[in-house]
Amino acid sequence: MIYSTLNSNYSFVDKLKSVDYFLIFLVLLIGAISVFSIHSTESGDFSFYTKNHLIRLIAFFSLFLALSFVRVSTWYRHAYIFYLFGLLLLLLVIFFGISASGSKRWINLFVFNLQPSELMKIAVIVCFARYYHRIQSTDIESYKYLLQPIILLLIPCYLVITQPDLGTAILIAGSGIAIIWLAGLNIKYFIYSGLLLLVSLPFIISILKPYQKSRILTFFNPERDPLGAGYQIIQSKIAIGSGGMHGKGFLQGTQSYLEFLPEKHTDFIFTLFSEEFGFIGSILLIFLYALLIYRIIKIGFSCRSFFAKLYCFGFSTALFLYVFVNIAMVVGLLPIVGAPLPIMSYGGSSMLSIMIGLSIVMSCKIYSQEIISN
Amino acid sequence: MIKRNNNLDKNKTINRRLFILGTAKAGLLGLITSRLYNLQISEKKKYELLSDKNRFREWKTPPKRGVITDFYNNVIADNKRVYQVHLSLDETKDFNNSIFKLKNIINLSDDELSKIYEKKQKIKPWDTIVVSENLSWEKFSKLNLYLHEIEGAKPVLSTSRYYPYSNDLVHIVGYVGDASPDDIIKNEKIEKNFVPGLKVGKIGIENSTDQILIGNYGIKRYEVNSSGKKIREISYKKETQGENLRTTIDLEAQKLAQKLLENKAGSICAMDIYSGEIIAMASSPTYDPNKFTYGINKKDWNEIKNNKLRPLVNKSIAGLYSPGSTIKPLVALAALEYGIINPNLKIKCKGHDHPYELYGQKYHCWKKNGHGIMSLRNAIKQSCDIYFYEVARLLGVDRLSIIAKRYGLGSKVLENIFSEEKKGLVPSTKWKKQVLEQSWYLGETVITGIGQGYIQTTPLQLCLMTAQLANGGFKIKPNIIYNSNFNYEEILSKIESEKNKPSKANILKDKNINLYEKLYKNPKNIKIVLDAMYGSTNEQFGTSYRSRHVDKKYRYAGKTGTSQVRRITDEDRELDLDTSEIEYKNRDHALFVAFAPYDKPKYAISVLVEHGGSGSKAAAPLANKLIKKIIDRDKDREIKRKELKII
Repeated sequence: MIYSTLNSNYSFVDKLKSVDYFLIFLVLLIGAISVFSIHSTESGDFSFYTKNHLIRLIAFFSLFLALSFVRVSTWYRHAYIFYLFGLLLLLLVIFFGISASGSKRWINLFVFNLQPSELMKIAVIVCFARYYHRIQSTDIESYKYLLQPIILLLIPCYLVITQPDLGTAILIAGSGIAIIWLAGLNIKYFIYSGLLLLVSLPFIISILKPYQKSRILTFFNPERDPLGAGYQIIQSKIAIGSGGMHGKGFLQGTQSYLEFLPEKHTDFIFTLFSEEFGFIGSILLIFLYALLIYRIIKIGFSCRSFFAKLYCFGFSTALFLYVFVNIAMVVGLLPIVGAPLPIMSYGGSSMLSIMIGLSIVMSCKIYSQEIISN
Repeated sequence: MIKRNNNLDKNKTINRRLFILGTAKAGLLGLITSRLYNLQISEKKKYELLSDKNRFREWKTPPKRGVITDFYNNVIADNKRVYQVHLSLDETKDFNNSIFKLKNIINLSDDELSKIYEKKQKIKPWDTIVVSENLSWEKFSKLNLYLHEIEGAKPVLSTSRYYPYSNDLVHIVGYVGDASPDDIIKNEKIEKNFVPGLKVGKIGIENSTDQILIGNYGIKRYEVNSSGKKIREISYKKETQGENLRTTIDLEAQKLAQKLLENKAGSICAMDIYSGEIIAMASSPTYDPNKFTYGINKKDWNEIKNNKLRPLVNKSIAGLYSPGSTIKPLVALAALEYGIINPNLKIKCKGHDHPYELYGQKYHCWKKNGHGIMSLRNAIKQSCDIYFYEVARLLGVDRLSIIAKRYGLGSKVLENIFSEEKKGLVPSTKWKKQVLEQSWYLGETVITGIGQGYIQTTPLQLCLMTAQLANGGFKIKPNIIYNSNFNYEEILSKIESEKNKPSKANILKDKNINLYEKLYKNPKNIKIVLDAMYGSTNEQFGTSYRSRHVDKKYRYAGKTGTSQVRRITDEDRELDLDTSEIEYKNRDHALFVAFAPYDKPKYAISVLVEHGGSGSKAAAPLANKLIKKIIDRDKDREIKRKELKII
């Protein structure tokens, strides 16, 4: 434990030594796959989407590497500020946001349009990790510590739902709940709130927007409106199913090439990949994500501080949620709610938040022996 | 220490919780994997099919119609290259704009414009609309110049029906037009081969032989995108052209026949008396079938429809006329066959002052001063009405009816080829009772003897009647479509052997007679009639003497006819006006039937000129010219016939 005393004096070489290169390799591999997939959505042209995606990947990957050397303690100290900054941006969306296809989610940053709700996905995890870092395990179940995180979670979720963006709100809530779970809140609370959710389900459905309702109805029976609400999921299933075992081959996906597939560079990028590379390709991609998640958990185990541990486990769970919700959605296991596939999907904000999230993981790795005092 | 314990506690909890989460994650990943397995492996076939259904779309292409030729291979219904402009709706963003531009370049009329909008309502948004089916070369090249400015417009080289001898054959060949819902329901072949843009026969041979002419459509398979735009052609199953069709018509004879009827209303039919092949079948006035291919315009249509001479009626088969004196040879034959008279029966025709009388009713001969004493041969030759009043009275209408029907009157000659063909009418006492619910009067028998009254015939029936007399009295089957199985020599030998067989016992009863069997009881009677017809044309005082051929090669025998279109009053008789002085619609129809050459008959002909006046003046001269033409071409026809057999 010699490093513990030196925790503020890592040499640069030491830092480089403790970088998780396998993690970087996985990110780069998925990144490369994503570039080829986006390239395929443009029927093999190297134009707008592919270029933009590649530039973002390089820029945000560099940011990931740079931010990896920020100390964990720095993240810890600024966790609440990060959270408040996210909230501020969400509020800004209400006043200065840009609208597209009926929802107001973006802020114009001139270079690209930032979607603050994506950043909020990470901010919530960092914030909650800090919150539970300092709470004694005996205190967790006191009303004060029970209510505070719920409020912290409800505010951003509410702001995001009203944009409206149900998908991201669910993912934010999901990540938050995952951390509360990991922090050790008694299982009974989860059971109670689960039951409560079930009871209030009819009420929730009644306040949903008509298009959200139709999406849920469509989920149960896509054929009720095959050219309208059911179109996306029907075409997505056709694309995946027709891919078969080996897929139709790179750039050979007829469903996407002939424009039957909607939103193919964003939410349905997995569909395109699956059509072209089949069952084998899909399983390999899922395996890569699983490896990534496993790697993050492993880093979490190596961390000394509870903050870092909680963050890594929390982020890995969030990452799993993103991947699961997206894929489950495009294969017809969940309603279409609008959730991007991390790294693969075209979209700057999603990429940015994932890279920031990963950089904190990396910093946990590099500064794994750092002790954070309350 | 507490803190340390607390930390240990927290770590223990987080590990346990993480383990539970991990298990859940593994479960969910398993769920996704099994779902993927289900989609991509178990149900691959289903989704592959759906994907193909998405991306492939088929377009049917109309087949080329078979070509129709005359007997000598002259094409009379052809497929011509045409220049068209199509508009692909899937490539046209602003339909109105494209149509407006096209309108200015190729001068579309408002009428055409509204038709295009009408068509657009009926088709699918990825289909192609035919804006103009037949552009002139000038407009087509102008269009190509401006093509880049018009979104979705496509210049297309296509084929369409073309009738090179437009007016000369329209009544035989007919014309084509777009298939109507009715056409599709009625004809299975059309239903099976229906493609937008398919032209089907509307009338004539084009209509009755659609089955053969249409062919089979082709299929073009395209890969399309989600908005239906064609991306590339995947496969193309070529359409097959319909079979070609040879008719028995001799284009040269037909053209002449049509020319002879120029500026007249009427019909000329010519037939081979053994094979029944129709050599010419002209009807006048005529019209241009090419105008119908793309739908005729209102002005042209009204012009045709309102023409008083009725160009739309195929007078050879759908025009009904009293046969007039052309029926006399048949009346004479009937009377001889039944043994009512002998050829030496003498009757005196005394002119208008002493008409034939029956129960106070007077019946006049056409000749004011009378023919004097007439024998049968003279009565036919000079066409004496008084003689035939008496013969008809002696014969009776029912016996006449049997013989008239036997020789081809009162039933359709070509059966299914022309839907508009008429049966005509051969009256009998039974018919009158059943249809008019009245008794037959003897006076009606008397006028039937000179081809007036109820009796109605088509010119083609008269031609068939003449043919069946001229061939010696044998049943033949007229046809207009060439049959390659047909053997001319075989027919001749069949008839030859039939001649030597004894006549059937009850030949004079009303009964069916088979093809190439004898229609007569005694061949002498036929000879008597044919000889009298020879006299009519080739001897002085014969009614068609002035139209005879002196050259033995062309010499023919015929019978004139002048059929009244209204009752002649005493006043008319008094006035005795020349044809040109009578109002057109009241003038008599001129008829003539003949066969040639007399020595070795081969062809029969019938001529009818509506309101032409007398048969001898208006009809017989036309027959003279056509007979020469047909006999001149007889050798060519024989050569061609042999050629066809060898092929």
